[in-house]
Amino acid sequence: MNANTESMARTGKLKIGMYWAASCGGCDISLLEIGPHILELAAAADVVLWPCAADFKYRDVAAYPDQYIDLCFFNGGVRNSEQEEIARLLRRKSKTLVAYGACATDGGIPALANTTTVESIFAASYLDSPSLDNPARVQPQPITACEFGELQIPHFYRHVLRLADIVEVDYQIPGCPPQAERVWTAILALVAGELPARNRAVKVACTDKAVCDECPREKRKVRIKEFRRPHQALAEPGWCLLEQGFICMGPATRSGCGALCINANLPCRGCYGPSGAVTDQGVAMIGALGSILDASTEERARELIDQIVDPVGTFYRFTMASSDLRGSR
Amino acid sequence: MTTPHVKTTEGFRRITIDPVTRLEGHGKIEIFLDRDGAVADCYFQVPELRGFEKFCEGRPVEELPRITSRICGVCPEAHMMASAKACDAVYKVTLPLTAKLLRELQYNIFYVTDHTTHFYALAAPDFVMGPKSDPAARNIIGVVSKVGLQVGGQVIKCRQWGHEAAAIFGGKPVNPVNAIPGGMSKPITAAERDRLREIVDFMVEFANFTLKLFSDVVLGNDYYLDLVLNGPYRLETYSMGLVDDRNRVNFYDGKVRVVDPEGRELCKYSPADYTKVVAERVEPWTYLKFPYLKQVGWKGLVDGKDSGVYRATPQSRLNAADGMSTPGAQAAYEEYFEKLTGDRSGKRPVHHTLAIHWARLIELLNAAERAQELLRHPEITHPENYRVLPTATPSEGVGIVEAPRGTLTHHYVTDEKGIVRKVNLIVGTTNNHAAICMSIKQAAQGLIRKGEEVTEGLLNMIEMAFRAYDPCFGCATHNLPGRMPMWVRVHDADGTVVSERRR
Amino acid sequence: MAETHAVQRSSMAPAEAWEPRIIAFLCYWCSYTGADNAGTARLKYPPNVDIIRVMCSGRIDPEFVTTAFAHGADGVMVLGCHIGDCHYIAGNHKTMARMPLLKRTLVDLGMEPERFVHEWVSAAEGEKFARLVRDVTEQVRRLGPLDWPQRLVQRGVGTGMGREAWGH
Repeated sequence: MNANTESMARTGKLKIGMYWAASCGGCDISLLEIGPHILELAAAADVVLWPCAADFKYRDVAAYPDQYIDLCFFNGGVRNSEQEEIARLLRRKSKTLVAYGACATDGGIPALANTTTVESIFAASYLDSPSLDNPARVQPQPITACEFGELQIPHFYRHVLRLADIVEVDYQIPGCPPQAERVWTAILALVAGELPARNRAVKVACTDKAVCDECPREKRKVRIKEFRRPHQALAEPGWCLLEQGFICMGPATRSGCGALCINANLPCRGCYGPSGAVTDQGVAMIGALGSILDASTEERARELIDQIVDPVGTFYRFTMASSDLRGSR
Repeated sequence: MTTPHVKTTEGFRRITIDPVTRLEGHGKIEIFLDRDGAVADCYFQVPELRGFEKFCEGRPVEELPRITSRICGVCPEAHMMASAKACDAVYKVTLPLTAKLLRELQYNIFYVTDHTTHFYALAAPDFVMGPKSDPAARNIIGVVSKVGLQVGGQVIKCRQWGHEAAAIFGGKPVNPVNAIPGGMSKPITAAERDRLREIVDFMVEFANFTLKLFSDVVLGNDYYLDLVLNGPYRLETYSMGLVDDRNRVNFYDGKVRVVDPEGRELCKYSPADYTKVVAERVEPWTYLKFPYLKQVGWKGLVDGKDSGVYRATPQSRLNAADGMSTPGAQAAYEEYFEKLTGDRSGKRPVHHTLAIHWARLIELLNAAERAQELLRHPEITHPENYRVLPTATPSEGVGIVEAPRGTLTHHYVTDEKGIVRKVNLIVGTTNNHAAICMSIKQAAQGLIRKGEEVTEGLLNMIEMAFRAYDPCFGCATHNLPGRMPMWVRVHDADGTVVSERRR
Repeated sequence: MAETHAVQRSSMAPAEAWEPRIIAFLCYWCSYTGADNAGTARLKYPPNVDIIRVMCSGRIDPEFVTTAFAHGADGVMVLGCHIGDCHYIAGNHKTMARMPLLKRTLVDLGMEPERFVHEWVSAAEGEKFARLVRDVTEQVRRLGPLDWPQRLVQRGVGTGMGREAWGH
């Protein structure tokens, strides 16, 4: 143990950590959204890892005894060797490891990279962009030699992975990002040991139902007559967006967010991942859509389906890494 | 972290800071010391990437504000707004007045929240707790314990109310969704406007309070003032920032102005012309690219008038502009320039890197005051003019805003149905990559003395060199390098390959 | 996804021994009866198709299809009653909307369209069933193995081995 851990062990407070992998930082910010509760948390717990806000380095974490961290939140997907290494390290050093947010739980938006190849992503950034000046076609390398030694950067995987693909996860908190009120309730329950059996990646801080359950809009139970994109038409207020023909992922998405996007007049895009026991959100949506088209002939059905743009990016926007096929060929 | 097999040349010692902390994103610093313990060289490497520019291809362009906002969860509004402006350009649509007002209003309130978060949570620990204080307490929780719950409570309130405002506009406090091609997805009601007024009035008070806190804690402290003015934290670079038609700082709209290290205008460009001004270089030891000014040319990681390295930070915005658009901020601007250059007009740019923290707080006040102004506009609550439906055939467009961390450019090309074909992004912190590398090296060389022990506190003071930039490496590294063959190249300063070997 | 049930390619003999493995979902009332009749009429068709019988093609969750591919199927067929003939009146109306949308999604994910076939086969259409099986088997044979589980391993899904080899 180093000086940091020795002083903390004396206080006997709960030890918590938050780490980000292939993340945007939104989950770290969302934890701050518990507002005044942050002071309660600070009184009851010591932060022992939080690169966004605190100065603990990797070597500090490596020096902690195993299971030292009582509650560790891991956000972001795993897309390079460093992130995998830290995921494994944190599993060893944590009693409870929670996949926090859509990326750690389902891959999140960065998992859309699974629909393309690493080579073409490479080309788009370093070889073929309108503002590039790279005549020597330099590319980042895992190891670069300089006069004084080797410089290393993590090597990239061909695939964005979820935390549960790497290590055993105790709980998962879905959402992009998870909504604060429910997160706080979950933290209290986790600390009090009131949550169901661990090590089965149980989803918490959410419900089992679909977003439709929380959505305040009226469901008139009519079939879809035409598909439209959100910027193409004004939605009628108060009426189900999907019934109006704006693709809304609500039926295939777990609730817990309070249907916030819908309250901003835009359809749900599925950030809480699949609901209930569903594992592949995209096919759940395909199944749901197929049930509610206003079509009694094959031609009419195809006509409507042809109006849908970008099924992959719409149905799997946040969950490519937890889908059956995981990405493109 | 993952460097057990990395070699260090005989006779040199390596010190690694991994990961860098109190910022958004990932990074590490490698410092090489020679036999005498002096700094031979220093590298700042960004190890992360995700690939937005590629995987946005094939997506409907109107979805990009909601997708690109996930480049960064600290500044999602920046991406959302730049993206929405690019979509407006793609669809060649002109926004009605109410839509423009709402966009700028939402954006300015976001600025207050973001700058508050950076100052109190990421930067203040170094000044309130002390740069070499116990790392376990050198964070927001330590700061709150030290300054007291009253002040701590105000910080929490500012952020809380700021996120409440974000949710009023766009549904969610983090990653609001409401900017779309043609305007916004919903108007604000009179009741919402009144609540926003309450929030923003508090924010103006809080901004003034924060400026005073900075003045007392930092400028009023001889050690810190000396660090700001005379410490190894100064680079004379070009400065870039968005300005309105009166050359005043504007975060949401305008033209991008670049001034040289002495304050003379180099150019002022519209978003569509960005490729004429900025180009990006690639180095093999970091995933982040290095933008530079084409007119001046790339001379390597050096500053000065002949180097195309530029900075795009709050300080750069104040340097590039002729003033601020609101009275309290203008007074603060004049005081800042008076103190740091002797000329309150702001004609001479400020180059002291740590003073970026001060400039950031002036912007905080400006954003809050500007939001107050916008809320007084009678059209802000118009029930219909918050959007128009685009009718033109989509093709191509560029949208630029000032992200809190620097000029943010989104460039989209679509097919005739508005499905994205190509995306190019130059993101806030990316603009500053060269300068950040240089600032870190400068601090390392200035602080590490031959024969003296390199303590944790000293290393933290080196990290302070980048914290002033409020870096957002998640933003900067939206792109992905792809597969990397196991071979290495050594480049000299011009980028010419001097040797190459395969493993 | 339960990776443990993936088809064990590694235990197979070299490529020449590969045979297309096709999963077909058939509805009880029409297409399964049609398939049955193909049998009683002793029509010849290749043995590459494994049939899973469901009561109605409307029961076929698109997830059945993706699961089949993810676990190693080289091709998948979905057969149901003709529109208007569904024993449950409108079950196949759902199928006729779901399957084309699913196919578009699969094609956008890089799958060859010929691997996923959706057709209507009535109880009297034993000939059609046999022809379909012959045609789809040949199409898939020409395309070669899909081996999606191996694709996933190459991409790094699954625990442990193989990850070090990527990115280089």
